[in-house]
Amino acid sequence: MGDKILVEAKDLKKYFKTSKGMLHAVDGVNFKIPQGKTLGVVGESGCGKSTLGRLLLHLHDATGGKIIYDGIDITDYKPKDMKELRKKMQMIFQDPSASLDPRLDVQDLIGEPLKNFKACNSKEEYIERVHEIMKTVGLADRYAQSYSHELDGGRRQRIGIGRALAMNPEFIVCDEPVSALDVSIQAQVLNLLMDLQEDKNLTYMFITHDLSVVKHISHAIMVMYLGQCVEYAETKELFQNPLHPYTVGLLDAVPVPSISGKKLSTQVMRGELTSPIEPKPGCRFAPRCPYATEACKGQNIPLYEVSQGHFAACVKYAK
Amino acid sequence: MADNLLEIKDLSVEYDTEIATVYAVNGLSLNLKNGETLGLVGETGAGKTTTCLSIMKLLPEGIGQVTGGSIILDGHDMVNIHEEEAQKLRGNVVSMIFQDPMSSLNPVMAVGDQIKEVLKIHNKDISEEELNKKVDDMMELVGIPANRKNEYPHEFSGGMKQRIVIAIALVCEPKLILADEPTTALDVTIQAQMLGLINDLQQRLNTAMILVTHDLGVVAQTCENVAVMYAGEVIESGSAEQIFGAQKMHPYTRGLFNAIPKLDEDTPRLETIEGMIPDPTVKVEGCRFAERCKFATDHCKVNPPVVEVEPSHFIKCHLFADENNGGNQ
Repeated sequence: MGDKILVEAKDLKKYFKTSKGMLHAVDGVNFKIPQGKTLGVVGESGCGKSTLGRLLLHLHDATGGKIIYDGIDITDYKPKDMKELRKKMQMIFQDPSASLDPRLDVQDLIGEPLKNFKACNSKEEYIERVHEIMKTVGLADRYAQSYSHELDGGRRQRIGIGRALAMNPEFIVCDEPVSALDVSIQAQVLNLLMDLQEDKNLTYMFITHDLSVVKHISHAIMVMYLGQCVEYAETKELFQNPLHPYTVGLLDAVPVPSISGKKLSTQVMRGELTSPIEPKPGCRFAPRCPYATEACKGQNIPLYEVSQGHFAACVKYAK
Repeated sequence: MADNLLEIKDLSVEYDTEIATVYAVNGLSLNLKNGETLGLVGETGAGKTTTCLSIMKLLPEGIGQVTGGSIILDGHDMVNIHEEEAQKLRGNVVSMIFQDPMSSLNPVMAVGDQIKEVLKIHNKDISEEELNKKVDDMMELVGIPANRKNEYPHEFSGGMKQRIVIAIALVCEPKLILADEPTTALDVTIQAQMLGLINDLQQRLNTAMILVTHDLGVVAQTCENVAVMYAGEVIESGSAEQIFGAQKMHPYTRGLFNAIPKLDEDTPRLETIEGMIPDPTVKVEGCRFAERCKFATDHCKVNPPVVEVEPSHFIKCHLFADENNGGNQ
């Protein structure tokens, strides 16, 4: 597509030590996000999607693999190096109530990053910048002196977005930013994120378990299962032509708000996620997969390029 | 009507807090037949959970109280009922499934014993053998091998815990289940399994259910009838076909539908409902949705009537009242 690649992960891994053995939270993930685009990451709880987002920002240190940001390998950056980079890479968290300091008012919550990076020369400039950001994210001036507990969930999430935007970043990891919100508020926040992307050419990694939300906001989608990418494609292609049995099962399980539409099906997927601790080689989805055969066991299944730009990790597509 | 299992008429509930009085439910009416499934839809603060707690007579004592209207459940007046009587009904005639399975189970009691506890309380002279058999049967029914009955809640996954909560709710074969966001904390694949399970058991035991949810998709897939709540009242009700396929819709219901990203069609931009739910500590005279409504007129300062726009499809809005009086359109 000729777009500049802003964020790239190569064989990225993160293992956590537990008393029962190594937990493979992220296990060999590859992707590229072009500047100004959104990569959606979907999967169930425990599939490693949040760990992946945190790895990119060095909130966890990678166990293996590489993270390349704007052409530079940042995998081994120390906290001091990261601080500079954090101006460009930001994060929006899921729970707006838990991620905001209850003792700061809206003005200081949004202004905190400006203070951290000593971005303003005077008090006047600081206030002006804060109000500019508040306007961008749709918070009225009268809330500047309010505390986060006085506001509703939608406005709190706008503060979270405002904080992330304060230093004019290029790349934002959005970790379930709308999951805690009511649908009418969710729509407002999604629209805001999309408008900001257009205005500022922002690049997003959008982590969610909600397939209809990810379809709405993403240009490309990665489906994760137990730490691995099982399918990757551009959004339209993925929804028109899902290949991996897990993706098909996920799509079947989403209740559609229409009577005439398809009915819920639990045919494809039975059972629950298996343990990510010391997984055996082989397809990790096989225990729940109706098409599993002997070929799924014993060896790891690579991603096959089934059609141009559409990858699936399933033996069905082995050449 | 004699065949109604539950009749709620003009119910009002208030919470007295230190700061102000919260008007949580304002003149809500609902009817439910034996074996019927009703989806109760609405956003945070609409009064869905308060309605359920009122039916169970579980409003927080001294804070929440019914200030008007009546609730008749299976012939019992649930507003004025004595606490001891209410205890006999809870778990036996009416059960509740809560949103969060992690916090509704006792962490230091084996799951089998938690199912047995309910049975024991409501069936005093049942033998130990029979009790154990019923517990085993119930566990198999919700899809958990009975040999795991001596394990503790933390040994189960989220989906399994919710299965146990469902087993506890159903073991006395109640006539009515109140399911308050039973699948909201679960992943979609587990949610699909759970909704299938609840529907299946409900049909087998001919239990009526009120499914409280904010997810219109869940309602479409599981409920026969739907009531949409806004700011403590039902603003639209009807069969699922009428609500989901209707030409006529309350402006708020329409707004809800348009705000959800669709899986089966492309929407370049989501429509939003501007503003937020009105302050529940202020009594509103007219239509409570008016300040967020695109169609609001001076008319809306008067409390709108409930209009039957087609048989058994009710909308509380002036738009449709005017129309029925020979207005335009």
